[in-house]
Amino acid sequence: MTKSELINLLAERFPQLVVKDAELSVKAILDAMTDNLSTGERIEIRGFGSFSLNYRPPRLGRNPKTGSKVQVPAKHVPHFKAGKELRDRVDSAT
Amino acid sequence: MTLTKADLADLLFEQVGLNKREAKDMVEAFFEEVRTALETGDSVKLSGFGNFELRKKSERPGRNPKTGEEIPITARRVVTFHASQKLKSRVEEHYASTV
Repeated sequence: MTKSELINLLAERFPQLVVKDAELSVKAILDAMTDNLSTGERIEIRGFGSFSLNYRPPRLGRNPKTGSKVQVPAKHVPHFKAGKELRDRVDSAT
Repeated sequence: MTLTKADLADLLFEQVGLNKREAKDMVEAFFEEVRTALETGDSVKLSGFGNFELRKKSERPGRNPKTGEEIPITARRVVTFHASQKLKSRVEEHYASTV
């Protein structure tokens, strides 16, 4: 499912709204989630899951081409943990 | 502050102009459509944000951490999330500016 398919499904669910409203809603939700996560704040969606940042400490890596050692700086990476309802539904469907 | 469904509903009320009822229902429907797609085995690709994918895990040995007793972890299907390049660089930018 892509973003535009999601927008269409939501527009069908809300016949009283115009498609543009569904489109703006999807955009507003994703923008808010991006803004929050990128400033290090958590997102908790009951029944769906939570998003947070994981810290990766600095490490000594290697340039795979030359084999020379390079310092890889510390970084934060987005992490998603599925909530119970999502976990159960995805697993029981198999 | 942690972002919740109530916060997202407030945003739809303020930014999109949905009424309070619609805003709450829209947030619920957004996550329900993603859950339904994943439940039916479809991956979800939200460009600019990230992709939700499904992975099949086969059975593997596990342990009860309390008792040390060995119990198999059954085969299962799980959801994984891969942040988009855009989301990853937004995170990087923020921390680069604070360090």
